[in-house]
Amino acid sequence: MDLGHVHGELWTVKSFYTYPNEYIYWTVHIAVYPYITGLVAGAFVLSSLYHVFGRDELKPVAKFSLVFSLALLFIAPTPLLFHLLHAERALNTMLTPHFYSAIAAFNLVYLFYMAIVVSEIWFAYREYIVLQSQSRTGIYGVIYTALTLGSTDISEKALATDHKLIKILAAAGIPAACLLHGYVGFIFGSVKTVPLWKTPLMPFIFLMSAIISGIAICIVTYIIGMKLTKRLIDNETVKSMCQALKWFLAVAFILEAMDIVFHAYVAEESWDILSDVLFERFAFKMLVVQWGLGMILPLILLIIPNIKTIRAFFAGGLILMGVFMMRWDVVIGGQSMSRSLAGFLDYHMPILPTSLEAFKEGLCAVIILLSAPFVLLYLFNFILPIFQSKTGEKGL
Amino acid sequence: MKQMNLTRRKLLKMGMLSVCGTMIPLSALEIFKPEALATTLDHPYSQKKRWAFVVDTTKCVGCGMCVKACKLENEIPFDAEVTRTWIERYVLTNKGDVLIDSPHGDRYGYTKNDPEGHDLTDAETLKGFFVPKLCNHCEKPSCVQVCPVGATYKTDDGVVLVDRTWCIGCGYCITNCPYFARFFHPVYNTAEKCTFCYHRISKGLKSACVDACAFGVRKIGMLHDPDSEVFKIITTQRTMVLKPEYGNEPHVFYLGLDHIVR
Repeated sequence: MDLGHVHGELWTVKSFYTYPNEYIYWTVHIAVYPYITGLVAGAFVLSSLYHVFGRDELKPVAKFSLVFSLALLFIAPTPLLFHLLHAERALNTMLTPHFYSAIAAFNLVYLFYMAIVVSEIWFAYREYIVLQSQSRTGIYGVIYTALTLGSTDISEKALATDHKLIKILAAAGIPAACLLHGYVGFIFGSVKTVPLWKTPLMPFIFLMSAIISGIAICIVTYIIGMKLTKRLIDNETVKSMCQALKWFLAVAFILEAMDIVFHAYVAEESWDILSDVLFERFAFKMLVVQWGLGMILPLILLIIPNIKTIRAFFAGGLILMGVFMMRWDVVIGGQSMSRSLAGFLDYHMPILPTSLEAFKEGLCAVIILLSAPFVLLYLFNFILPIFQSKTGEKGL
Repeated sequence: MKQMNLTRRKLLKMGMLSVCGTMIPLSALEIFKPEALATTLDHPYSQKKRWAFVVDTTKCVGCGMCVKACKLENEIPFDAEVTRTWIERYVLTNKGDVLIDSPHGDRYGYTKNDPEGHDLTDAETLKGFFVPKLCNHCEKPSCVQVCPVGATYKTDDGVVLVDRTWCIGCGYCITNCPYFARFFHPVYNTAEKCTFCYHRISKGLKSACVDACAFGVRKIGMLHDPDSEVFKIITTQRTMVLKPEYGNEPHVFYLGLDHIVR
């Protein structure tokens, strides 16, 4: 074993004066983690727009976005496990939670949210599950029978109760989703040593970007999914999703811009070096990709009237890229300025898995993690059909 | 007899009330914990046991013996580019540039006037000095605040320690230390930091770096022991701490700091 090897050395390049122990300790997984939880929150909010606020045109994507949100939720903690140097001790956070730490509440918030999503899906699909358990045989029959949890009553009265419960769960899920993601923002916002993170706006910035990325991924996946299964894309549904997206996007942009303007205006001691990071080292990533291509361009695309599928698809894709870039800029950008305020740290993500560490913290792991929710969604689809055209199966 | 009319709603209501009601007396048990009781006693300030450290930067020559001694004493792999204590070099040139460096944390000592790789003559150097750094063992340590599992904690006598068997390696404490006194141990892969050599000071010895310093730069002692050198310096001389703006109340006190020190 190479005793001289230090965690962080592999991907950190220092320039000017940085403290000897200073490395980029929070790497790409800490960008992927809020990205995935953001998608969870956004997808859930979208399904709630139908269930709670009665936006009927969203009916074709209501079930889909709910199941997708579960697939994402399963994967959400895995980037953290990749990140931990002692992943085998992850459960210590439940055995001896230290509640002064923002991370300690993760399990509680996560499990609470998981309970809401799982039960809402169960109620939403209960009728389907019961019908399938009665008509299917073999392994599917066993699975569906198990999924009924012994509740086979699908009388009109029972279904009416289901609908009522779905509505309650969807309504309870909105604050839970906000809590889950606002809380992720708080983890960053409360780090007082990183000037870029230290702002009370952080939970709201994260929440808004979460919602836009979640709606965007539903638009993109819905369009691709319908194309792949050769079904008719409902233009009203896409339009309605774009309508919601537009407003959330505008708020997200205002919050992010306000944060930077505020940093620049108060110009504390750290602003000299922070502005160097933002407008020189991260100029392309932040100004061009995150704001220009990821927010302003899609906002224009969404504002132009008569939105069609192809334009919605591009706007959604751009937003997904922009939000990922935002996570990257916040996490990596924040650590790119030395705490000595006299130097910089550049992050070079390991591309090839030349060692276990390079695999764990590198591109390969990221690709696996980001594709895992889609694989799960594909598997879920065998049991719980997620796509339905407006005229197709019975709705919720 | 009047019939009891207990609805489900009432039962739930009463249940919730009883649970809440029992929580209040249960929470009172807290005061029977010895440590909770201890905090209620009024300690005369001068009797409170509290380790503190003094660094007299005016005496430091940058030989790096303290860094070497620390690495060997505390089994931090010598060649690893992380260290529990390090020495920074500050040079102000006649062009007005401030040059700062700390190659290898100064474990090999400074032997040339070449800050950041610039070979400087005496004429080009307006002022230059060394600043040893270590964990500040803050009164309100932000690293302890953010540890999700309580693996890092402050002892009763003010020293901040890490439990290597419990740390999950999330790095939140490292990120939240204003001084970057923390890092991941190359062998144990857990958060690591200066302990003031707790294993030595609790036996009446001095920290390894203090013993290794031939120039009397580093001093450790009880903050409110009138006989300790640390107490005498802090109470009679003008000392400063690093980055007080973070509100951590650091307990490493410096003599001869300068405004260019980071």
